[in-house]
This record gives sequence, structure tokens and C-alpha cells, in this order.
Amino acid sequence: MRYLPNSPADRQAMLAATGHAHIDELFEQIHSDIRLKGKLNLPGPLSESEILDFFRQAASESSRDYVSLLGAGAYSHYSPVVVDALLSRGEFFTAYTPYQAEIAQGTLQAMFEFQTMMTQLTGMEVSNASLWDGSTATTEAALMAMRVTHRQRVVLARTLHPEYRQILLTYVQNQDVTLVETPYEASGQIDLTQLESAVDTKTAAVVVQSPNFFGALERIPEIAAIAHRKGALLIVAINEPLSLAVVNPPTDADIVCGEAQSFGVPVSYGGPYVGFLTTREKFLRQMPGRLVGQTVDTEGRRGFVLTLATREQHIRREKATSNICTNQALFALAATIYLTLMGKAGLRQLAEQNLSKAHYAAGELRKIPGFSTPFAAPHFNEFVVKVPGDAERLLEKLRNEKIIGGLDLGKYYPELANHLLVCFTELVSRKSIDRMVEECRQFSA
Amino acid sequence: MPNRIRAARPHVNRNENLIFERSSPGKVGVELAPLDVPAVSPAEAFGAEMARDKVAGFPEVSELEVIRHFTRLSSWNYGVDTGLYPLGSCTMKYNARINERVARLLGIATEHPYAPQALAQGCLRILHETARCLAEITGMDAVSLQPAAGAQGELTGILMIHACLADRGDARKFILIPDSAHGTNPASVAISGYQVRHLKSNEEGCIDIADLARAMDSDVAGLMLTNPNTLGIFETEIARIANIVHARGGLVYMDGANMNALVGVTRPGDFGIDVMHLNLHKTFSTPHGGGGPGSGPVAVKQFLKPYLPAPIVEKSENGTFCLNHDRPKSIGRVKAFLGNFGMAVRALAYMLANGPEGLRQTTEDAVLNANYIRTQLRDQYDLPYDKPCMHECVFSDRRQVAKGVHTMDIAKRLIDYGFHPYTTAFPLIVPGALMIEPTESASKEELDAFIDALQAIAEEVEQDPEFVLKAPYTARVTRLDEVGAARKPILRWKP
Repeated sequence: MRYLPNSPADRQAMLAATGHAHIDELFEQIHSDIRLKGKLNLPGPLSESEILDFFRQAASESSRDYVSLLGAGAYSHYSPVVVDALLSRGEFFTAYTPYQAEIAQGTLQAMFEFQTMMTQLTGMEVSNASLWDGSTATTEAALMAMRVTHRQRVVLARTLHPEYRQILLTYVQNQDVTLVETPYEASGQIDLTQLESAVDTKTAAVVVQSPNFFGALERIPEIAAIAHRKGALLIVAINEPLSLAVVNPPTDADIVCGEAQSFGVPVSYGGPYVGFLTTREKFLRQMPGRLVGQTVDTEGRRGFVLTLATREQHIRREKATSNICTNQALFALAATIYLTLMGKAGLRQLAEQNLSKAHYAAGELRKIPGFSTPFAAPHFNEFVVKVPGDAERLLEKLRNEKIIGGLDLGKYYPELANHLLVCFTELVSRKSIDRMVEECRQFSA
Repeated sequence: MPNRIRAARPHVNRNENLIFERSSPGKVGVELAPLDVPAVSPAEAFGAEMARDKVAGFPEVSELEVIRHFTRLSSWNYGVDTGLYPLGSCTMKYNARINERVARLLGIATEHPYAPQALAQGCLRILHETARCLAEITGMDAVSLQPAAGAQGELTGILMIHACLADRGDARKFILIPDSAHGTNPASVAISGYQVRHLKSNEEGCIDIADLARAMDSDVAGLMLTNPNTLGIFETEIARIANIVHARGGLVYMDGANMNALVGVTRPGDFGIDVMHLNLHKTFSTPHGGGGPGSGPVAVKQFLKPYLPAPIVEKSENGTFCLNHDRPKSIGRVKAFLGNFGMAVRALAYMLANGPEGLRQTTEDAVLNANYIRTQLRDQYDLPYDKPCMHECVFSDRRQVAKGVHTMDIAKRLIDYGFHPYTTAFPLIVPGALMIEPTESASKEELDAFIDALQAIAEEVEQDPEFVLKAPYTARVTRLDEVGAARKPILRWKP
């Protein structure tokens, strides 16, 4: 086997040194009646070129030739080649969690830079070094808010990603926790009057997403005021963080968490992505996940270490702030490289391009008889379009033209049958938008 | 004059500052394609109140500076590609480059999780085949690839036990966990709604059968064990252990972090395990990436299949693949979309490269390497559980402590010899542990050098313990002030 470095002679010499005659003797701890008789029923071994063939075949059975208008928590953006070139350095991707700081300063400094950028983007004071993804980061934020407030009730916006809501429900299913959903109003934003009545003095947190699942920006200062009046925390989940280059950060929130996949990480059929969690300094000791801190070595030189580990499972065990161990360091690094390349000006330009594309598409779609964009709230690169007739039929028509025309919202919100969620990033050209609009026009006729 | 010499650093790449400190207004690292639609300004779109005009403090650097910055940072790291990385319990094995290549193919990396299933057949097939292979390796009946990492796999499995017992009308309160367990085990149980009841290990480092029999009462939902355990020792009485738990209505969860010791030799499904997780980033060679991403698939016996997270990938009669969301007994969803798909791609590529014979040879080599280290270092280091081990061996610093040198000091000195240290101070049942897991990726030549280094350090401890206490001497930085870092945390750069 080409990955194994020992020759038969090496193996024999080592076996002799351990005082054994046959390798089976090392497995004698395993009773013979539970040993596997015979061989596993598995494919292979395959050569490298055969492996490539296998996956090329799988890759061809995909939508790679299609124009995609799918977003909904996973965003297709262009990633400069530099990101992957640097990410592919073995010193980064074959290293472990930086427990031995002296020989992991590369990972540690990059994480410190990630933490800094996340606080710059979200307007919060501290950031952790990443979590698994946006969905679990949002769940961790809610659990954290319960620890901070010693309350067991969470109000969730119905405009929070449906899968994010499901995960929190899974986590707390056996705990004495109440989850309450609060509806949206005609604008596509959370209904503030309903929110006001849903939040009480037992509420640990209000969780909203902005831009929300419909792409609409929520009114964060008003929502924060409602939450804070009852002593609840406000959690803002952001799964299209590119919006933060052009939208004011939710500085009234107590925790800003979400998904940083947009920053140089491929959509990769749903993962791996990179979650983030930022908050106020006063909640630092209730944060989940790894934290990197700056310090000095014995000669006074700056260096970085994992810090405040006494919150974590390997020290605190069942009393830890979270069960998370491995996080998403490699893709936090991807985001750090991506954001460094984009820089202050590039990120803003890119966000403006996304904004402009979505607004152009929305304007063109609204011109078609029967099509409308029902939610009036401001949006970034994603919005809802109402279709005259069966949305599935329109999607099929678009598929025939090699366009994936967005997400049928009726599956997630029964009241929004024949509404599509569509996303326009910089990867969707004007030509593609015009082609899509033309198909919609024909559908309308 | 001497001062000026001391101020110099040996190489330009040792002086790399934070990226924010290199920044200068007006520099750019990317240039975008021109916008092909009319420009809309944020103020027009959101109103002046919601629009942001800049992200203060963000870096402004050129493309080459980005390359140099991160290349220099990478040179301060040590990876499996650099050399032996015998971090116990972490399984730092070779991460094959072909795995990385196939995960980046167009149609795999670019597929959107909500792509119509008819168009995403290739990705669904990869998920289905990966799950099938993992079920075969573990001897279990069904696998979910949704959990994001081992710890989430644990939570998923324990929630399934809870749901299954609830269905039987059998509400219980506790999960038994041996004191040698990974910290994630009790932390995951704490979220699941159960409480932890600890089991003490016996003098052989294994589960004490009598203690288990006492603790396993009608309030106990199950046992969560790691096999081989964190001492690298296989629970020889595993079948009896499982019988005791089952006879009293409990279920057995196995933390599969150490599955790399068993692949092709024995299967948890054949020794009484009901539910377990695997770490694709350990046994199945997906890269650790400096601390993630992981992937923690959960494998179950048939009777637990209804409780798996939704959706699951199924193959229909006509040979096409689909996602089944109709799972009324499912514990629910634990992660958005379909799990860390890219890690399943890499794991499948690894299994295909090995085939059944390669996987078994891999297991044998990992176990042989660990036993080689165990037998070659027992004269210098205390071996609290002196018997053949599986994939890792655990020494203690008991002899060196007499000279004031602890496991962490020995670890730091190993850095000077060019090796990544072993795991220090875990498992908790061995005070001052040196937990060494060479994996199958270590050659005899490299192991001999490593053994030689640890023997030399033992000698240094005898002759000049003070010298060892100040190691490392050759890394970019000397020992870092961790206490100071925690006392006054500096967690971000500020201008």
C-alpha cells in the first residue's frame, strides 16, 4: 500500500524487537470469537488514476453546467486562486489543534487575525476561533445566552433559517427549555408587535437572522430594545456575512454569530463550512469554542496561545460551556486569507456588485405581469419573488434552460407556495439574468 | 555591538507581523471584473441609517504580500507533512493529496446543497457509498454522515438512545462513563438530558466488571465507552460488558475515536455495540487542518435506524439516489444541509485507495508501531499499564518528576529534536501522561530517531534537568506565558 512507509523487513525487525513472532499476537487482547473472519466487503484497492476517474464520473453527474440562483445559507462566490494555493500548504492543513504553541505559531497567528476580522465586521468586542458552521454556531449562541441569563426560554424569528431552528430544537429536546416562534409581517421582517408580546422576563434570548431567510434586513435597534427591556439577550445570526461590508453591523446585539462560508469556502454540497461567534467582552467566559490570545515568550517576543481553556470540555468535562473540540480552523484560515486579499476596498466593491445584481434582477422580474417581489423590506443579494402559477413548473422550465431558478419556499413556509427565494452573487452575469427573466416572461404569458 | 547582533533575527520569515500592521491605504489584493448591471449604492438600497460606509481597520495589502504573509506563517507550523506527529488520541496520519484533489473537482466542490436531487446524483452517490463502506467496516446497519465532528456524533448517538428508550416508555437518568474517557463524552451527555455517572477503571486500565454490574441499574440508560480505551488497551471483556448493560435494559455507545486500531480486525457491531461515532479526521485520513473541519458519522444497529437524524440518503429501485426527509421518529437535524460532505469525499477516496487489504495492513502497522515504541522506551519511562497495546501507548513522567521535570517539559524538549510532541497529561487516570500514537504513517527509521530522542532526553533529565526545563531552544519562540494570556486576555488586534 503506497501510503505505508514500512517494508516487510522493517515490520519483521520491529515485531522481533517487541518480542513477538507474528503480528496476530499483538491482537490477542481481542477474543477470537469476535475477530473478523475473512475480508471486509469493500471496493478497492484503486490506483490514483482510478480514484480520479471514479470522482470525475461522480462530478459529471452534477449541476456544474447550470447557472444557479440558490443561496439560502450557502453562497456561491468567486474565490481567488491564492486562497486555495495557501490553504493547500501541508504545514497548515496537516497540522492539529495548536496545543504546542511553539511550533504552531502560524495557525495561532492566523486565528488571531481571523478573530480580529470577525470583530471588525460584526462590531462586537470578542470573537472565538470558529465553530462548525452557521447552524450550530446559532445553536451554541442560544445555549450561551441561557447560561448568561439563567433563563430557559428562547424566542426565535420565523425568518431564521428553518434548518437552524430545527437544530436548536434537536439540542434542547430533553432539556427544560421553551422555544417560541415569532411571525413575520407583510414587509418580510419580524413582526415587532408580536415580538413585544412574545418576549417576557423569563426569556433568555431573541434570535433573529439578518439578512433573514427571505434576504430581508431586520430592524436590529428596535428588536434589541424589545429584548433588552425584558433583560433578554439579542442574538443576530448572519449567514451572508458579505452583507456586512455595506450594511451597518448589529452593534445593539449581544451575540453576533453565523456562517462565514461566503469568504472563500466552496459550497461543497453543504459542508464543511465555518461558523463564527462574536460577542461582548463581559460574556467572554461563557463563550463556546477555542480562543487564541496574545502573549509573550520568555524573551519578551510576541506570540499566540490557545487561552481560557478552563471553559472547555477537556478540562471541565460535563460542566464545560460546550462539547465542541475540533472546530473549523482550516476554513477559518480560508476566510482569513480571503478577507486579507479582498481587503477594505475589494470587499466593499464585491458587496456592491452583489447588491446591484440582485436589484437589477428584482427590477426586471417585477416588470413581468404576474411576478412580484412581495416583501418590501430592504434586501442585499437575495430576495423573494412571487410567481403566477406553479413554482415547480417554472423551476422545471428554467432547468430545461440550464438555470436552477432558486428555492421553492412552499416546502418550508406553506403560506408561501409559489414563492421562490433567489440569490444573485457576482457569479451570475447580466446575460444569465436576462435569460432567466425571458424564461419567466414566457412562463407568465 | 553585541546588542546589535542579538537584535537580528535569523531569517526574514521570522519577523512577520500581523497583517493589519503591514496594511497601507490604497493597496489592493484583488481586482474585480467590471459590474455589468447599473450600480446601486448601499444608501439607496437600505437608506442612510442602515448603510455602512467602511469596515474600519481592515487590511489593505497587495497579492504578493498576502502570499508571503501566509507562507511565512505556515513555516512556523509543524504538520504531518513535516515529520512524525505522534499526538496520542488524535491519529495524525498521512493526508493523501489525491483526497484533496477530488474534493476540489467542479461538480463536487461547486454543488449547492439545495441543488435539485436529480441533478446532484454524483454527490448523493458519494454520500451513499461512504455510508455503506462505514457500515461494513463497523458491522453496523445504518450510518448518518450529518454530524459535524466527533463530539456532535456523540450527542447525536446519546439523543438516539434517549429517543429509543422514551419510545419503550423507559425513562432513565444516567449514562455511565469510565474515568479514562475523552472530555467530550461527559460534555455531550450534559446536553442530551442525561446525567453522567462515572465508572472507575480497574488496575489494568479497563472497565471494572463488578463496578459496572453495581452501577448498571434501572436508572441507567447506557454505557458510553471508548474501545480501545484512551490507554490504547482493548476491553477484552467487551462482550460481557455489553451483555451486562443489555440485560438491564441499557444500550452501549462506543466512542469510535480509536477505530483505527480495529479496522479489518474486528467490528463493533459484532461485539455488542448499539451505536457509535467515527472520526473521519482520525481513522479515515481527512486532514485535521490546524483544528478542523472534522466529521463524526454515526453508525447504528437496525433497531435504532428510525431515530437517525433526517434526512438520510437512500437508493431507490431504479438505481437513483434521493434524500428521505420522512422520518417521524428521527431525533431531528443536528447540522444544516448534509453534514461535512467534503470530508466524506476524502474519506471515500482513502477507503478506495486502500481496499480491504490495505485497510487491514494499515491497522496492523499502526498497532505494531505503537508496540515498538512501548517496548523500546520502557527502560527510560514508567509504563503504568505494562501489556501489549493497540494503536497507542501511554507512559508517565513518574521517574522524571523526581528531578522536577514533567511531561510537558519533555514534550517541549522533543521539539528541539525535530518532532512534534505526544499528547501530554491525558488520559487523566495516568498522572503526568506521555500518550504516544505513531500511526501507520511512521517509518521504522523515523521511529528509531524518535525513540533515540526520548532516550536522550531521559538522560538529559538525569544530568541537567534545568536545561530541559527551559526547552525548546530552536523554535521561533521560547515558552509562552499562558498564565498571562489568560489573566489579561488580548483576543484581537487593535490599532
